[in-house]
Amino acid sequence: MRVQFVLQEIWIGLRRNMTMTISLVITVAIAMALFGTGLLLREQVRASKSFWYDKIEVSIFLCAKTSSNEACQKQDITEQQRQTLKGQLEKMPQVSNVEYESKQQAYTRFKDNFAGAPGFVESTKEGDIPDSFRVKLKNPEEYKAVAQAMLGQPGVDTVINEQEILKRFFRILNGLQVAALTIALIQVVAAVMLVGNTVRLSAFNRRRETGIMRLVGASNTYIQMPFILEGAIAGLIGGMFASILLMFSKTLLVDRLAGDVQLVSQLGWSTVVAVIVLSICFGVLLCAVASFLTLRRYLRI
Amino acid sequence: MIHFDNVTKVYPSQNRPALAHVNVAIEKGEFLFLVGPSGSGKSTFLRLILKEERPSQGHVHVAGKDLSRLSNWKVPHLRRRIGCVFQDFRLLPNKNVFENVAFALEVIGKPRRFIGKVVPEVVDLVGLEGKMHRMPDELSGGEQQRVAIARAFVNRPMILLADEPTGNIDPATSIGIMKVLDRINRTGTTVVMATHDAAIVDAFRKRVVELEDGRVVRDQSRGVYGQAY
Repeated sequence: MRVQFVLQEIWIGLRRNMTMTISLVITVAIAMALFGTGLLLREQVRASKSFWYDKIEVSIFLCAKTSSNEACQKQDITEQQRQTLKGQLEKMPQVSNVEYESKQQAYTRFKDNFAGAPGFVESTKEGDIPDSFRVKLKNPEEYKAVAQAMLGQPGVDTVINEQEILKRFFRILNGLQVAALTIALIQVVAAVMLVGNTVRLSAFNRRRETGIMRLVGASNTYIQMPFILEGAIAGLIGGMFASILLMFSKTLLVDRLAGDVQLVSQLGWSTVVAVIVLSICFGVLLCAVASFLTLRRYLRI
Repeated sequence: MIHFDNVTKVYPSQNRPALAHVNVAIEKGEFLFLVGPSGSGKSTFLRLILKEERPSQGHVHVAGKDLSRLSNWKVPHLRRRIGCVFQDFRLLPNKNVFENVAFALEVIGKPRRFIGKVVPEVVDLVGLEGKMHRMPDELSGGEQQRVAIARAFVNRPMILLADEPTGNIDPATSIGIMKVLDRINRTGTTVVMATHDAAIVDAFRKRVVELEDGRVVRDQSRGVYGQAY
């Protein structure tokens, strides 16, 4: 193999098909960027899920004088009722841990959480937040059984499941992921067809050369190599553009989501780099294989 | 060197065979004219030697090997030992004389130093001294055919196949081309030349195989083109 000769042939091929090559590079770049974004979102959902599912609690707010629930009859929960509830909760198979939070503890936590908004804190008095049980579940999905058992019990005001809030957020992320991967798939199909056309044109442009190569006994790999590498190089350039787009989508989409929603654990650059490497490899492989398959139809050996 | 053993070739879309029961043995170092009207099977004969086509029946042996038993990935190695020249030259218009000849060696992976040594020798052999850097469109038809012969011969093949090499060239220039082919034949290379050119066949007095409707109707050493034409 004469490397310089092969490279020269590839360059001639790419240059003769410049417009085709450019459209191929753009298509591959978009396909790979969307593919990578889909992967990043999936990674994000996975990371946030495991991060948040550890922290998810079901809060059972108990009756207080201020509660508006009729069942409470404007009465604080009695000590006896509280003990009964605690005993019941601890016996439930779905529950892994029960913690009692008094009005004072709740107020202190509230003050800590909203330390940045003094006006908000000042308008709230100790006692505005009722005391509660904070229940950790073995499996956050089994929240319904606990909620049903607790609602309506004497002394229970409301049951709030934090998972319901997260679910909406995850649904949005999942939707984005599905959308990105769907468009990526369509673009991949377009890229495969474009590679096919590019290689066909290239083979037609160089039919004289390949004809002579065949006659003088060049091996099949030698004849096919420039075409396959042509596809692979277009895939590589497309993949590099895609990696730039992916870095944008990391800083603009994923990080911004994290900043706005405060729910997302940060995705590290190492994940992004892994996704970029995967996307580039996928792009190169896709184009090379598509070239090879087209060649079998259009380049008689 | 080349043996046709009861070879019949029928193309899929045709009823009439392109070649029918052809038996020809060509020895090493021979010079053979393949004559006959258009469509008589001359090109098919040459394509069978290159394994561009397979015989429908019978066997073709080249250099002691049965081509029907030669696996596809070995075909390039067969073709490296066979040079080819055509009526339409088939030069690459964007490469000069040196590059056109060198191309044949580059694509089979020969080192650059070898190419730099061998190509000028062959270009001299075909009589194109000093024209190494001309482009094909700056050369006459005869000179272009010499470049094509140089390209076919640069890898020192055992066999040179020429399909109407003088078909596009005036008679005076054709003599020059024939002298080049004769010179190559004298180095021990077997030459098979398909032609219509009666004057050349008559002048050279080499072995003549005449085809008509795919059959060998004459195989004559030191022959002439024949009265019928």
